[in-house]
Amino acid sequence: MTEPVLSRNFERPEARTLPGYRATGGYEAFRKALALGPEGIAAEVKKANLRGLGGAGFPTATKWGFIPPKRTGPVYLVVNADEGEPGTFKDRYILERDPHALIEGMLIAAYAIGCHTSFIYIRGEYVRPWRVFSEAVQAAEAAGLLGSNILGSGFDHRMIVHRGAGAYICGEETGLISSLEGKKGWPKVKPPFPAIKGAFGQPTVVNNVETLAAVPHIVARGGEWFAGLGSKTQGGPRLYSVSGHVTRPGVYEASVAITLRELLERAGGVAGGRRLKAVVPGGSSAPLLRADEIDVTMDVDGLRNAGTMAGSAGVVVMDDTTCIPEALHVVARFYAHESCGQCTPCRECTGWIYKITGRILAGKGVPQDPDTIVDVARRGVGSTICAFYDGAIGPYISYVEKFRTEFDHHVRHGACDVRPGAPVRAGGH
Amino acid sequence: MSAAAPAPRPTGPIRFSDAQLGEVRRLQALYPDRQAALLPVLRMAQDAFGCVSPEVEVYVGELFELSPAHVHEVVTFYTLFFQRPVGRHVISVCHNLSCSLRGAEDAVTYLQERLGVAAGETTPDGRVTLLRVECLCACEVAPMMQVDEEYVGPLDRGAIDRVLEGLR
Ligand SMILES: Cc1cc2nc3c(=O)[nH]c(=O)nc-3n(C[C@H](O)[C@H](O)[C@H](O)COP(=O)(O)O)c2cc1C
Ligand code: SF4
Ligand code: FES
Repeated sequence: MTEPVLSRNFERPEARTLPGYRATGGYEAFRKALALGPEGIAAEVKKANLRGLGGAGFPTATKWGFIPPKRTGPVYLVVNADEGEPGTFKDRYILERDPHALIEGMLIAAYAIGCHTSFIYIRGEYVRPWRVFSEAVQAAEAAGLLGSNILGSGFDHRMIVHRGAGAYICGEETGLISSLEGKKGWPKVKPPFPAIKGAFGQPTVVNNVETLAAVPHIVARGGEWFAGLGSKTQGGPRLYSVSGHVTRPGVYEASVAITLRELLERAGGVAGGRRLKAVVPGGSSAPLLRADEIDVTMDVDGLRNAGTMAGSAGVVVMDDTTCIPEALHVVARFYAHESCGQCTPCRECTGWIYKITGRILAGKGVPQDPDTIVDVARRGVGSTICAFYDGAIGPYISYVEKFRTEFDHHVRHGACDVRPGAPVRAGGH
Repeated sequence: MSAAAPAPRPTGPIRFSDAQLGEVRRLQALYPDRQAALLPVLRMAQDAFGCVSPEVEVYVGELFELSPAHVHEVVTFYTLFFQRPVGRHVISVCHNLSCSLRGAEDAVTYLQERLGVAAGETTPDGRVTLLRVECLCACEVAPMMQVDEEYVGPLDRGAIDRVLEGLR
């Protein structure tokens, strides 16, 4: 295994304190960034081929470049720590185990885009991560790393730690901005993009926690070094959250060029020596891959070519005891519950599909039901305000198309062929 | 696992103390637009008054010069605001994909049995409110749940028993 970068402090509890973080070169990258200047930083991040690690994989340097150079008002940096994509938990590790890496990354990004106030939006359920991170911010303030004229550079910056209140859709960047502004977290029509009109009506960069935590390493060791760790079109390692039927669930750091098969091997393979059935490679919104489709690289383009997506790198493993219709029902319940309800197709289709999966599992399905799921799913595409719905159809279509016989069996026999005789377990409402 | 202190019960009139009002003003001044302090203040209100009842919505609305209807719309959008009183402890069991693959339904069933209530309900003695929730993003310890402020997992009967014994 190569040297850990993003996870290098995860097993060093002392790194959560400012002296412990500084002991291994912490905040030296920020010092270097001040010397490089905004353009120098942007050039390194561009060379690094850093692509957003929150889900969309958008090139980070390009996003920063959208901030209008001539402006009269402030520009904001908003950190997306609303981690909510099912199967993903890596941002929690950064907040809890390496908070100063994120603060340093935020400082460098803020300096690069000329921002003097940043907001970090932490999901409301994350109590300990919020506490640890807030304490780190206070320590940075006390040490003069935040405030005015930081390290004598003339650069001023303050960080506001903001807590969410429970709603998956607030992870979508414009929903997050609405929520930050004290409203319900309804996404907004783009354009205007946040870079032009974002938080409080001002130009805003929204970046994921992990994206920003990668920035100090890029500045410290150079964009070329970071690019060299990845694939041709995406630099660096990233943090994979691996869960489900796997021997050692957890966060794994690996190159974006690792194959899914290699990653699963690192996590000890399928638990209990069972056979692999399927894998979700990038959070629940990523289309499912079958066991014979795991020789793909995990970078944005590799997974896109395989018909799925890298998303948040939440890898969920399903063994051969998994009932795919039941798994889809669980996923469909999530999307039906979390649709913000603003767009009719999203609201109606997510609810409708959840009803159909419920009926199939209850033994009341009709033969057209699997086709209806795919048909209903496709109807809403392209007519919604945000990408939530595009994310929902990933599982709807792939689960049905790749495991059609399991759906047909449920419909025909009112029972499961994977776990014959077992009670259908997806409860709830 | 250490359970957090029991949530305060709703008591007395719905008014913040002077210290709390000072905190409200600090939060309102912190943001470029004071409405951004609405979620933090609603959280304070819920901690102080036990839940965000219609009376609390009116009160918080006054502090922001926002209509109660607007505050209500915000409150109902988020799962962490309770519109009715909840138990002294809130147990939220994740029933999303990774947890369900590793036995979330067994955990829910066992919790319902032990507590004698269905998910969504509060025990008659007001000790525990049991909820089902979506991914809490701790799937590496699936199946898991949140008990007040703490995450607990992986869950089996023994782990659930230990948690319930610690709750008063
Ligand atoms: C429904 C939905 C949920 C999302 N949830 C998250 C999230 O929890 N965390 C996150 O960083 N990005 C999330 N995103 C992506 C954000 O909209 C945005 O692209 C990202 O925060 C940008 O940061 P990055 O470029 O650094 O990745 C979500 C997007 C959608 C459509
Ligand atoms: S696509 Fe769905 S989640 Fe996104 S804005 Fe429309 S209704 Fe809301
Ligand atoms: S699925 Fe339960 S914590 Fe993620």
